[in-house]
Amino acid sequence: MSTTIDKRQAAPAAPAENRHEARKRRDRIHGWSFMAPFLAFFGLFLIWPLIYGVVMSFTGKSLTGANSSFLGLANYAEALGDADMWHSLGNTLYFTVISTVPLVLVALLMAALVNMGLPAQWLWRLSFFAPFLLASTVVSLFFVWMFNPQLGLINDVLGKVGLAPVDWLNNPDVAMWSIVIASLWWTVGFNFLLYLAAMQNIPTAHYEAAQLDGAGGWRQFFSITLPQLNQTTIMIVILQVLASLKIFDQVYQMTGGGPGGATRTIVQYIFEAGFTGYRLGYSAAISYIFFGLIVVVSIAQFAVTRKRSA
Amino acid sequence: MATTLTAPARTSRRTAVEPSRKRRKPLSPARIIATVIVAVLAVTWLVPFAWATVTAFKSETEAAAAPITLVPKSGFTFDAFAKVLQQGNIPQWTWNSLFTSAAVTAVTLVISALAAYALSRIDFKGRKVLMTVIVASLIVPPPVLIIPLFYQMVSFHMIDTYWGIILPQVIAPAMVFVLKKFFDQIPRELEDAALVDGAGRIRIFLQVVLPLSRPILAAVAIFVFIGAWNNFLWPFIVTNDSAMLTLPVGLQTIKSAYGIQYAQNMASALLAALPLILVFLFFQRQIIKGISTTGLAGT
Repeated sequence: MSTTIDKRQAAPAAPAENRHEARKRRDRIHGWSFMAPFLAFFGLFLIWPLIYGVVMSFTGKSLTGANSSFLGLANYAEALGDADMWHSLGNTLYFTVISTVPLVLVALLMAALVNMGLPAQWLWRLSFFAPFLLASTVVSLFFVWMFNPQLGLINDVLGKVGLAPVDWLNNPDVAMWSIVIASLWWTVGFNFLLYLAAMQNIPTAHYEAAQLDGAGGWRQFFSITLPQLNQTTIMIVILQVLASLKIFDQVYQMTGGGPGGATRTIVQYIFEAGFTGYRLGYSAAISYIFFGLIVVVSIAQFAVTRKRSA
Repeated sequence: MATTLTAPARTSRRTAVEPSRKRRKPLSPARIIATVIVAVLAVTWLVPFAWATVTAFKSETEAAAAPITLVPKSGFTFDAFAKVLQQGNIPQWTWNSLFTSAAVTAVTLVISALAAYALSRIDFKGRKVLMTVIVASLIVPPPVLIIPLFYQMVSFHMIDTYWGIILPQVIAPAMVFVLKKFFDQIPRELEDAALVDGAGRIRIFLQVVLPLSRPILAAVAIFVFIGAWNNFLWPFIVTNDSAMLTLPVGLQTIKSAYGIQYAQNMASALLAALPLILVFLFFQRQIIKGISTTGLAGT
């Protein structure tokens, strides 16, 4: 008797509560199950090495296995006093500055021209973007050959127009610029595509209105196209700076960091400290100094974007 | 960082570069000048390819002779290609690259899509924290991880294995967000209808959400595949055995092995470039669209 009464009284409230609880529980199980595979890899190959790297940076761990004693901050102290570390960091920043400017401006120029409604669009897109599909090693092979002092095509052309040959990869003053040329050829097509996509999304009505007001091509470009591309430009610059700071492949392959360390970048220094010098602990410490730099740059850029868009 | 994440949504909602879109306008002087400038730029951009091709078809003696010739004097020869294919490991490396890149793409796609669906649709405790952690992880530059990851791979006995090449490459937080943004735009009503019918989450995910997401899945797959195919630093670190190298890493060893064989160097470079260039010629439209939609969130 009593049980039936209980049931009847509880009936309106409890099932709703239960259903809600059950749904919440089911969602929790579903949510974590869907996340589980990603989280497993994420934990194992990103979070764990990230933490373990910090641990390594406090030790004298070496590739030969010997001496993994705890050193405290000694590796960091050594790195901050290491002239070679500062030199590679300086080279990296130098490359970042001198590569970002052409990689953004040339991409903008290419996109602006192609967006004028030229015939054979696919052909221009193909030629500007195709190099992006190549592995860094292929690009390096191409350009080491183009830059060859005696047999290279570039010096041959310079000779034909009466200019002196340049020792592209062996002159410390020129080598980094040669890397910039190869990098520009390789990756500008990516920024070009992003700009082109953004330009094609600007409503044509803007241009039609401007045309009615008598604005010419230049005027339209500077007062409609560029302002409309503001967000895109900011994004491209941010991505480019972060990508340039991580440069390693083409330098390592084309100059090996030479001549005399003139093109050695920070990632190469990390690699060499660990794998040529066998000092994993020291190399990990430099990695985190580099990481610190990336964090500072990202925060600075974030602050700038926020101010801009506010 | 938050701004990085708003970009893909904006671009994916719009129609990206439409190769077929033609705006026929009369040929004004400005457009003639623009065409000339673009043509000059495009030719300049093709020069390294052309020069490599010419060199690869020369005999080794002619390739190394000054003054240089723009057309092989002694005729075109396949010697360099034949030598490279006989001596080197290029077919093996191509297979390694193909297999590992395909595996990276498949795993990345599956785990990222599942995670993105949970983040977009399922209301569970801990979701916000996970979002924050994954956003924060975008800032970690891969080179920072190479030293601890290498050490980890040694203890997992994964040096010189496909596992070692593949596994650390499958985490792509940026792609998770690209997919999440896309899933966010799929009308919930479609799923609610299925839910009422008693369909489970997995079935909704497989039969409702994924079929609607084909374009973005293709875009992400293309982006991830190109990245994995061309990745140099990680395979370079985790492989040693010549039979395990990927194409980009293998080429680097060729370069140091026969440094002055110019024709053979160029022949190997062209053979390595060929697969992706062919893929691009066939899927130009999808690739360009893929890059434009995922590009801003990538790298």
